[in-house]
Amino acid sequence: MSRSDQPQDASGVSRRGFLKGVGAGALAAGAVAPAAAALGAKAGPQAAAAGTVFGPAPVAVALNVNGKVRQLRLEPRVTLLDALRNHLDLTGAKKVCDRATCGACTVLLDGKAVYACTVLAVEANGRAIETVEGLAETHGGAAPIQKCFVANDAQQCGFCTPGFVMACESFKRANPGATREQALDGLGGNLCRCGTYHGVAQAVVDALAGKGGN
Amino acid sequence: MADLAWPDPKDCSLLGTRVPRIDGPDKCAGRAKYTYDINRPRMLWAKFVTCPYGRARVASLDVTPAQQLPGVVAVEVIAGVGSELKTSFQEVACIAAESEEIAREAVRRVKVTFDRLAHNVVDDDVAMAGNQAKPGREQLTDDFAEAIGGAAVVSETEVGCSVLTHCCLESHGSVVEFGEEDGQPVVRAWCSSQAVSGVGGEFAQAAGVPAAQVRVSCQHMGGGFGSKFGADLWGALAARLARQTGRPVKVMLERDMEIALAGSRLSAFGRMRVGVKDDGEIVAWESDAWGTGGVNGGMGAPGLPYVFGNIPNKKVKSTPIFTNTGAQRAWRAPNHPQMCLLTMAALSDAAAELGMDELDFFRKNLGLTSRADVYREELEIAAEMIGWKKKWIPRGDQGDVVRRGVGLALHTWGGGPHNSNVQCTLHPDGAVELRCGTQDLGVGARTTIGIVAAETFGLPLAKVTVLIGENRYPQSDGSGGSTTVGAISTATRHACVQALDKLCAAIAPEMNAAPEQLIAKDGLIRGRESAAGGVPFADACRRLGAQPVVTMGQTQRGNGMSSSQVGGVQMADVEVDCETGIVTVRQMVAVQDCGRIIDLLTTESQVRGAMIMGVCAALYEERIQDPVTGVVLNPDLEFYKLAGIADVGRLDVHMMQTPEHVARGVIGIGEPPAISPMAAIANAVANAIGARVKRCPMTPDRVLAALKT
Repeated sequence: MSRSDQPQDASGVSRRGFLKGVGAGALAAGAVAPAAAALGAKAGPQAAAAGTVFGPAPVAVALNVNGKVRQLRLEPRVTLLDALRNHLDLTGAKKVCDRATCGACTVLLDGKAVYACTVLAVEANGRAIETVEGLAETHGGAAPIQKCFVANDAQQCGFCTPGFVMACESFKRANPGATREQALDGLGGNLCRCGTYHGVAQAVVDALAGKGGN
Repeated sequence: MADLAWPDPKDCSLLGTRVPRIDGPDKCAGRAKYTYDINRPRMLWAKFVTCPYGRARVASLDVTPAQQLPGVVAVEVIAGVGSELKTSFQEVACIAAESEEIAREAVRRVKVTFDRLAHNVVDDDVAMAGNQAKPGREQLTDDFAEAIGGAAVVSETEVGCSVLTHCCLESHGSVVEFGEEDGQPVVRAWCSSQAVSGVGGEFAQAAGVPAAQVRVSCQHMGGGFGSKFGADLWGALAARLARQTGRPVKVMLERDMEIALAGSRLSAFGRMRVGVKDDGEIVAWESDAWGTGGVNGGMGAPGLPYVFGNIPNKKVKSTPIFTNTGAQRAWRAPNHPQMCLLTMAALSDAAAELGMDELDFFRKNLGLTSRADVYREELEIAAEMIGWKKKWIPRGDQGDVVRRGVGLALHTWGGGPHNSNVQCTLHPDGAVELRCGTQDLGVGARTTIGIVAAETFGLPLAKVTVLIGENRYPQSDGSGGSTTVGAISTATRHACVQALDKLCAAIAPEMNAAPEQLIAKDGLIRGRESAAGGVPFADACRRLGAQPVVTMGQTQRGNGMSSSQVGGVQMADVEVDCETGIVTVRQMVAVQDCGRIIDLLTTESQVRGAMIMGVCAALYEERIQDPVTGVVLNPDLEFYKLAGIADVGRLDVHMMQTPEHVARGVIGIGEPPAISPMAAIANAVANAIGARVKRCPMTPDRVLAALKT
């Protein structure tokens, strides 16, 4: 299944097993460098240097979620998804596969769709995070893509829906003139079990055509 | 008296139309709270130590290193030393900790060793399963040998399908909390459950409290498909650990346990022989089928041949195989999709053997089904929709690398209603409230109740409040077997009509009308013939006085309210790349009857969803067991494959809604359309490549193997 706009971990590392399995110390040099730099601003100049070890004790993390900065103390092993769900009670993004396959946890990080289960919260430190709740709030309760989901019944149990909504929104922003086929190709990073793909496809087509308002 | 019967479709403004679901806005804005989303103050997370082998005995177990980890609050040993574990991922111990991360780390610290025991995970070969295969009694009709011996053609088919899992995106689990309500002790149990009214007793038992104290809640659930009726061990553990620790406890399965343990669909394999006359009439059926439902065996109803049950001469044998794999649970139309595959593949092969168009062959033999007229009409419509006449060409007539094919299958289901109670409250300010202890698996239960109530009172949907998913609300049976919609729709109608009667009686004197002359329409209580002189609904409700009107409705059976027994037809158009073995579904059509439809939009969603599940079963998903270690090899969504949005092709749905169909009343739609798609796709692939792929999912290697034979 070839996909052109699959959500990717912003650091370029897409396997959580690697990130979590090797332990926090080994991460610093490569994968977690952006987080180290971001945290460094708070922790002092030395902490920004490559090779800095975070944890295992909790560290200060500032998550800029839906335009509000939330100060947390989190163990470095806490994923962005778990930080949002378990520490900020933002439960729109869902935990399903927990290994970057299904897309139910999709949020926007610096405007780009990522699997939040495969980003560490410390990596997201200081960066702009937009969740499905934020997308609705900034549009008075429902963004155009969300209205198109409702109108086309692009949801049954609804557990994949928040992730699909964010993936569609991300695709729409990046590809405003996309065709239906391109949209289907771009949404290959999200899975649904109830089988709502027909509705989702129509919802994204409608949203691309400007339906659902602004 | 207001008429209990469903109104004429032409008088309906909501009923039977395309109505977006009530809870859609909450679901797609992330506001809908599922069990997995429940966070409580001081809540603990629980995770499991599980068995790493197909079958083993616990040889040693030391949980001390886990208990010593800061943040670990409680450890419960489920399988102590000497206990036998019958499948991989079966629970050994459960650890509750301050955070999910700590619970996971504690699981890794437990020191446990196992003595491995002999296991069987083989389900596709009766001989290899040895004494774990338990042959059933053969059914043989008197004239079978003579009939098959005298047949002009006897076709042979070997086909089967792997074990699937329900793979609910919200895994099984519960959050349990001991608390107080109005000064009384209560146990709150949030549970992802298909049986909200019924599951409280399990929590009560585990929590050690009277059932009256248990408050079960399931406002939204992330799929069930037949796998979520009970609280299960996992819910019971949440209750026990909450009692032990005095803190709320969340137990949600991780994906590996969900796939390995939390429900699966039986595998089924069969060797079939079909005897036919020259003109295509089926005269004899022989089948030898086997399959597994895991540790609790398998097979069972419906028998073979499926749908064509009236084939006169039969020899039928089935052999359940016990395997060391997670137990089967009801999976959307239990055992029907599998028996449909075995039957429709065998009949399709018989048609091919005769050189007959599959569609003509099935049509010719409809007399062997119990709903010939329904199927005949549906086949006609489906063939037209997919363009069968233009697309069908005999098997083996294509030499291209990429070959096209069409296939079809038929199915049947009951879908009669279960028992449901709905309470209607009509407030003096005109507010309407419906309460029912049913649950919404994702099919639109809330919306169903809302549509029926709004239609009955002549109000817009937004004026009706629907409350479901709590065991405090009036009892409603578990949702399974397409039984819910017929129950909650008729019970709602029953409750609302009684309330409307009381309202009409209260307002009739000042309208100078007899109550039975009044109707509720377009926001008014008005005369039957004309809107003139009508009173706005809320104004009419003020005449009720200070007290609300409260009525209870129950499931209504027969009399055009609800019914059962439906038939459906599906056809598939596929493309097969004979170099890579990759199958692409280009188009599928579903023609289905389900009596009177409440919401056409959510009904079509459910039918398309069922077709997509069929695409997954036909081409992608299967649970794979390692014969050497006995473990599940793909307990994740990376290798347990589901179709993506670009993999499903065009899906067209036609719901039978002639006056005769509508007059039958409401019938459930959850199961029927999930039965045929796998078989229809399998037959389309056979039509394309001129050979029978022996097993679903028809992965590229299996397609290429079929091409070589």
